[in-house]
Amino acid sequence: MTLELTMTIGARHLELALSVGSTETVALMGANGAGKSSVLQALSGLVKPDAGHATLGGRPLFRLGTGSSARTSGTGDTGSAWLPPHQRGIGTLAQEPLLFPHLSVLDNVAFGPRSAGATKAAAATTAWQWLREVDAGDLAQRKPAQLSGGQAQRVALARALATDPELLLLDEPMAALDVNTTPFLRSLLKRVLAGRRAIIVTHDVLDALMLADRIIVMEHGRIVEAGPTAAVLTHPRSAFAASLAGLNVLSGSLSGSTLLMPDGVKVAGRPAGGPGAQAPHAAPEPLAEGGPEGMAAFAPSSVSVFLSPPAGSPRNCFQVRVTELEPHGGHIRVRASGLAADVSPAAIAELGLEPGTEVFFVVKAAEVVLYPA
Amino acid sequence: MQVLAPRNSPRRFGEPWQFQAVPRWIYLLAGVGALFILLPLFGMVAQVDWAAFIPLISSESSIAALGLSLRTATASTLLCIIFGIPLALVLARARFRGQGVLRALILLPLVVPPVVGGLALLYTFGRVAWIGQTFSTFGIDIAFSTTAVVMAQAFVALPFLVLSLEGSLRTAGQKYEAVAATLGARPSTVLRRITLPLVLPGLVSGAVLAFARSLGEFGATLTFAGSLQGVTRTLPLEIYLQRETDPDAAVALSFLLIAVSLVVVLLAYRTPRSPLRVLVRGSAPPQDVLP
Amino acid sequence: MRLAVKKLSALAAAAILTVSLASCATASDTTSRPAATAPAAAPELSGTLSVFAAASLKKTFTDLATAFEAAHPKVKVSLSFDGSSTLVTQITQGAPADVFASADTKNMTKLSDAKMAAGEPVDFATNVLTLIVPPNNPANIASFADAAKPGTKLVICAAQVPCGAAALSDAKNAGLTLAPVSEELNVTSVLGKVTSGEADAGLVYVTDAKPAGTAVKEVPLKLATPTVNEYPIVAVEGSKQQELAQAFIALVTAPQGQKVLQDAGFGTP
Repeated sequence: MTLELTMTIGARHLELALSVGSTETVALMGANGAGKSSVLQALSGLVKPDAGHATLGGRPLFRLGTGSSARTSGTGDTGSAWLPPHQRGIGTLAQEPLLFPHLSVLDNVAFGPRSAGATKAAAATTAWQWLREVDAGDLAQRKPAQLSGGQAQRVALARALATDPELLLLDEPMAALDVNTTPFLRSLLKRVLAGRRAIIVTHDVLDALMLADRIIVMEHGRIVEAGPTAAVLTHPRSAFAASLAGLNVLSGSLSGSTLLMPDGVKVAGRPAGGPGAQAPHAAPEPLAEGGPEGMAAFAPSSVSVFLSPPAGSPRNCFQVRVTELEPHGGHIRVRASGLAADVSPAAIAELGLEPGTEVFFVVKAAEVVLYPA
Repeated sequence: MQVLAPRNSPRRFGEPWQFQAVPRWIYLLAGVGALFILLPLFGMVAQVDWAAFIPLISSESSIAALGLSLRTATASTLLCIIFGIPLALVLARARFRGQGVLRALILLPLVVPPVVGGLALLYTFGRVAWIGQTFSTFGIDIAFSTTAVVMAQAFVALPFLVLSLEGSLRTAGQKYEAVAATLGARPSTVLRRITLPLVLPGLVSGAVLAFARSLGEFGATLTFAGSLQGVTRTLPLEIYLQRETDPDAAVALSFLLIAVSLVVVLLAYRTPRSPLRVLVRGSAPPQDVLP
Repeated sequence: MRLAVKKLSALAAAAILTVSLASCATASDTTSRPAATAPAAAPELSGTLSVFAAASLKKTFTDLATAFEAAHPKVKVSLSFDGSSTLVTQITQGAPADVFASADTKNMTKLSDAKMAAGEPVDFATNVLTLIVPPNNPANIASFADAAKPGTKLVICAAQVPCGAAALSDAKNAGLTLAPVSEELNVTSVLGKVTSGEADAGLVYVTDAKPAGTAVKEVPLKLATPTVNEYPIVAVEGSKQQELAQAFIALVTAPQGQKVLQDAGFGTP
């Protein structure tokens, strides 16, 4: 009883497959334009992919132009099917609450049950129940125009949940809220999403941490990384996941406690899984020329910045050119050649750093974690 | 328009703005424009023989013309609503080949002289025309009937409703409709409970325009329907005819026509929600929105 | 002397008219050719003459104006055709007319009552009604009585306009009661309803039936005393072109002007 989806949209270079378990919440992440919203729209039935199929709990949602012959459209395919949005049982919560402006809050929430054929009284009962669930019982008689942004989004959540959807799609549900309202809605979402199937599109790592069991990272229409939230955030494989986790990530081929990067630079570190320098899992990796693909990750706070290469053996040293300086907590984040280092403002002043300065990023081998890609 | 205002409009809780980006000289031109419309109205009102007003407008032929005008304009407005809503929806929502051409053709009666419209109707539904002949075999004679008056009015008035409603539909967008669909509402339910209530102001103003246009219809009616007291001679035709013999009566009737149109327009704009909205929603009247 | 000049100029105009209208005249008695000498005899008239004429005079007055301009090269005639009552209203409201030609005496009286007629109006033409049917005559109408039968789609003018008043008067004279399906606002609408085949029959002026040609078929009314509409013409009081106005009226009432009118179906007063 899972959600299964494969789809392609030629014009957007979108091609992916994913599945979501019946009580699982998946965070769909990636840069703007990666195709996250297209996935949600295809699932809710607002956008027709060129090809692909989807089933939800055994029910087919769509089956379009299977095979490579149907790149442009699946109209000729006898097996094609398309369930209209109202028959899918998929709820949505978007960035905007989109409460029906002409209906009261109660009528908004009762709209789903009414559409499903419930009597007026039964729909109102359901609506009341969900309004209380999102702490909005006192707003029932108001019009949407009389609500604050956070209140409206809570009501919109209640409205989506009142239909008891088999799948809830959340498209950046907190992006339009001010920072004071966000924590309340986030913990509310955590409560209601427990035991539900949901996909949440977000740019906020906190949403992923608190709400999602798994993270799927998209880049240019493809899934580049997927895995349990903790694993993705501790051992990111994609540049996007690395920036989410706030880590520097390098890729290359693994050889013991060294990562050999394609440009020949060697990165010393400690293989993940053990505190020592020895790799406990050396055996399972099959021998391959140049060693298996692997990654090296280290935190910006573990990077030291020097104007000239320092002496000392157990250290990795990268010669880079500063591109950007930005405040980051109590530190200044120095971005240079795709890497980041957190340095105190005093050190910046002392080193005289500014964009364009040639510097050396130095990180101890003990601070670098190596893991297979 | 209130219902379409963005949720975070700056005036929601704050003070209304004192600032207006309108140069002062604009008021001068606006005043001239307003006078251009208002002065002829005043000029005509000044010409009304008030002492004889009631006798002038209560002649048998005047009352017959007024009654006929109100009946036919109401019927034509209903026709416009019944067919104009689907037309506007198709034009605003659907996408198909030739849509632009279809829109241009449907809006044609706006720019074509009504007499031309009347001729077009004559050569389509007239006794000699193919469709008219078909109707005749079923015993339906359109020519010289009140039906012809309603058809002539609907022909010229329909584009007003379609244009107004299509604009509202485009402004309202499809977001709410999409949300309603994901909540499980069938397309007909979405139309009834979401789309139509959202565009109600546009629908009302479109219907008012259609009614006013029907009420003032002259050229197409004259060409297509003819002119017979109580059957096809509407108020504008009666005014034209009275002018031949009794200019005072013509002026009085003109004033009556303006007054009726004004009352309709004011009623419709003063209460853009109450009557129709309840009808469309089929539920209790809504509460007032915050000022 | 002044009168003589007027007469001369009218003669000159008529002479030109004869030549210029020879092609469209049905009778072929235009043998005299004074055109070579006449224009030299007339002192030059100049300016613009504004003629307000009943709509039924459109064809004839356009031809007459062309002839008038040809006779007086420095004169320009501007024509305005509309319903007689509309024209009277316009003139009394200050529209710049020099000559007014009405399709009935009633509207001419309105002008005289408003003290805006310069002198006594002169009747220059008459018009009578005739019955027209579509070429295929769907209701098989052979007489006025057929048209008055219930069930016949008869179209006439409304009683308020001259052609409607004439229709009712004709019906009374024939001892008939008309049951029209439509009482149109003007005679053109009646003609249109018959030519389009909407109506079975219509009562229009003979001068309307004639130009319609084969688009309609005429059924003679055969009335003992047909109702005759008189067409009066007058110069407008206050006009600065009295001389031109009189010259034009002279042209209309002169034999050659009368011929143009009669060719179009008008009767002599």
